[in-house]
Amino acid sequence: MGRITLEKVTKSFGEVEVIPPLDLTIEDGEFAVFVGPSGCGKSTLLRLIAGLEDTTSGHIRIDGEDATDLPPAKRGLAMVFQSYALYPHMSVRKNIAFPMKMAKVPEDEQNRRIEQAAKALNLTDYLDRRPGQLSGGQRQRVAIGRAIVREPAAFLFDEPLSNLDAALRVGMRLEISELHKRLATTMIYVTHDQVEAMTMADKIVVLRAGNIEQVGSPLELYKTPRNTFVAGFIGSPKMNLFEGAEADKLGAHTAGVRPEHIEVGDPASAYWSGTVGVAEHLGSDTFFHIHETGLADTITVRAPGDVDYKHGDRIGLNPRMDMIHKFDQQGLRIQ
Amino acid sequence: MSTKASRSAARLMISPAVVLLLMWMIVPLVMTVYFSFLRYNLLSPGATPWAGWENYYWFITDPSFNDAIWNTLALVGGILVITVVGGIGFALLLDRPMFGTGVIRIMVIAPFFVMPTVSALVWKNMFFNPVNGIFGNIATSLGLQPIDFFAEIPLLSIIFIVSWMWLPFATLILLTALQSLDQEQLEAAEMDGASWSSRFWYIMLPHLARAITVVILIQTIFLLSVFAEILVTTNGGPGTATTNLTYLIYVSSLLQFDVGMGSAGGVFAIILANIVAIFLMRMIGKNLDA
Amino acid sequence: MARAVSTKQKSINTAIAGTLGFLMFFPILWILILSFKTEEDAIRAPLEVLFSSGWTLDSFGAVQARSDYFKHFSNSVIISVGSTVLGLLIAIPAAWSMAFVPSRHTKNILMWMLSTKMLPPVGVLVPIYLIFRDTGLLDSRTGLTIVLTLMNLPIIVWMLYTYFKEIPGEILEAARMDGASLREEVLYVLTPMAIPGMASTMLLNIILAWNEAFWTLNLTAAKAAPLTAFIASYSSPEGLFYAKLSAASIMAIAPILIMGWFSQKQLVRGLTFGAVK
Repeated sequence: MGRITLEKVTKSFGEVEVIPPLDLTIEDGEFAVFVGPSGCGKSTLLRLIAGLEDTTSGHIRIDGEDATDLPPAKRGLAMVFQSYALYPHMSVRKNIAFPMKMAKVPEDEQNRRIEQAAKALNLTDYLDRRPGQLSGGQRQRVAIGRAIVREPAAFLFDEPLSNLDAALRVGMRLEISELHKRLATTMIYVTHDQVEAMTMADKIVVLRAGNIEQVGSPLELYKTPRNTFVAGFIGSPKMNLFEGAEADKLGAHTAGVRPEHIEVGDPASAYWSGTVGVAEHLGSDTFFHIHETGLADTITVRAPGDVDYKHGDRIGLNPRMDMIHKFDQQGLRIQ
Repeated sequence: MSTKASRSAARLMISPAVVLLLMWMIVPLVMTVYFSFLRYNLLSPGATPWAGWENYYWFITDPSFNDAIWNTLALVGGILVITVVGGIGFALLLDRPMFGTGVIRIMVIAPFFVMPTVSALVWKNMFFNPVNGIFGNIATSLGLQPIDFFAEIPLLSIIFIVSWMWLPFATLILLTALQSLDQEQLEAAEMDGASWSSRFWYIMLPHLARAITVVILIQTIFLLSVFAEILVTTNGGPGTATTNLTYLIYVSSLLQFDVGMGSAGGVFAIILANIVAIFLMRMIGKNLDA
Repeated sequence: MARAVSTKQKSINTAIAGTLGFLMFFPILWILILSFKTEEDAIRAPLEVLFSSGWTLDSFGAVQARSDYFKHFSNSVIISVGSTVLGLLIAIPAAWSMAFVPSRHTKNILMWMLSTKMLPPVGVLVPIYLIFRDTGLLDSRTGLTIVLTLMNLPIIVWMLYTYFKEIPGEILEAARMDGASLREEVLYVLTPMAIPGMASTMLLNIILAWNEAFWTLNLTAAKAAPLTAFIASYSSPEGLFYAKLSAASIMAIAPILIMGWFSQKQLVRGLTFGAVK
């Protein structure tokens, strides 16, 4: 079981309030991702849940019980740190055994769980090595192994993939997702990378300056961002947002359209037109960065890979009108 | 990373060190200041009446006080010049590529690990002794009159001994600092057409400035307290030729048993050291990102 | 990038540095030679000493016989190791707090601790002497151990602090998440990781305490005198017995010389309080 509830939780460092009153529920078995730009308070929020920081006010409940004043060890949570935080002087086996040793789990039970975790994480051959002798991906797996064996109520991940190179990151992302499917344990995952959030989460919590901007499933956030911040943050490449006359014409203060919802065409007959700046060819797709559209400095368009325009070419743009997002003066979605 | 629990644990864990050091600093300090205003001699037991500034007056007007101040300054200044200049030279030399760097380095820094009483006695007997010492031997074999070091140039002899012990310290610190100099800076300067001497003057020396200051300040703190080397070689003599402030206070308090006078001297020594300490603390503080 | 340097240039550097290094080291080398000579040989002219045939261990025996060398040696060991261990026990918790739970006072506390080190010993000689006289601590190993502990405590705290600072806080948090109590965290995680740093702190402090020659000379007589004071007793007239003086000196400095060579790097760190890296 691992249902985590935050009630009116706040956190201040001295005079500075980093988390204004915040309510949030994470259901048992859910994969929740806290995402937001750096300094948005997502890591602080995770550390409050872990018990590594005191809440200034409010309550944190784990499975209904008030855990606000419990020390980290008593909360039944496991955490995977950004730096992995492996104990460099212990072998992999001892690293994984450490939480069980602290909990005084019987030795044979310890060994059983270590073997099981090692097998699941492909670490069997490395159990007697020191962390210093492992690659980044392997260290990451040891950190996860150390979390698994505790059989925690919930796993907490603090930007676990940010120290890995791009290729490994995709692989580990899948592994963590599969782990979640297999264990069906609550996981809370902090990242600044919206791709990780979209691909892994059941529930995404978008944070800015300690405030929750929106909570929802990846597709909800993609389809109906509640405000311009979420609209700009979720999705890659970013949504094109623009103000002024063209937005007014659509009946909005700010309007937005995603690069994948614009088709390119003949500039003479198209809805908008502009000049191609840079064309990025990915093979499957081509991203055009287009200037002089009268909308914003640059409009990004995602076109099929075989569409070919060159720097300086005139290009026509046809947005899918049903996919245009409209926001009011305060940046809130108009529905 | 801090919770209420860890913060209170932290306060608890730091307190023994703080309390002990506080006592170590405050208790003797207050006593020294207090004694310095008493007429208090261990040889004349009984009352210890209030003396006002009397001790200070007698301590300062004592002719040996004047000598002690000059000797202290000459000692500190002389050793600083020798060790800093020599240290820069050694550091530049040891920074160059050579064979057996490790062995040569060890030979250079070894004197720092020799206890003061040993180095003083070894130099005094094996080198400075006019009859059997090595220097005397060399002079005699060249047909010269050997120098009686501690009779003719006592202060210089002590400066020499103490410099031998502290030159390794300066070398080691300056070498460490020199090795932290980005080689690309030097190569850039070379590309810009700077000769070795201008590279030394405009790049290496400014880079070393900080380390040199640290060496000067730390050594000054220690050199103000040179004691053992004087005790085992000259006992402050001949006359007061090698009596520094530290030795003078030792003489008043533990040889003449004049607690009041010794304490007044102690207050002087503390003030003198604090003037240096303020500068040193500033330098270290700047470097501390706590 | 280090540039290739011609062998000739390297040889020239080696010759110059080697000569100067040899001159610095010569006094130590010289007493090492004299300590294996007879008294008659030891006072000959330098070249004659070198080529005199007699090599003997007599001087070492004579030093022990004259004034019980091993008593002073064990005094030195007890006082320097004792004060270092005691200092570590007090300093480890303090350095832990400052490194891992810094507060806005941390910097001030560190600087203040350092400032106690700037106090000239002679400034407090009289009160310490009187306190020791009145409490019976004069000429006792306990008393000297206490003084040296307090004297070196700031250095120990500082060195440990700089070492602890290098241990990432996340690892300690991981231990906390893993259910370790504060005691277990320090015992199983922090201490093993900090052992290299603690070892070099220990080494440097033993060296400093071993060579300390103000308090050891002023607060001891026959009973608790460590080697610094023991050697001082050779001041005169025994100083003229070169072989014995050499043997006594070699025995007094050898252990520290060896330790010192191992702690070269830490020396800079410990003695400059991190101001030079």
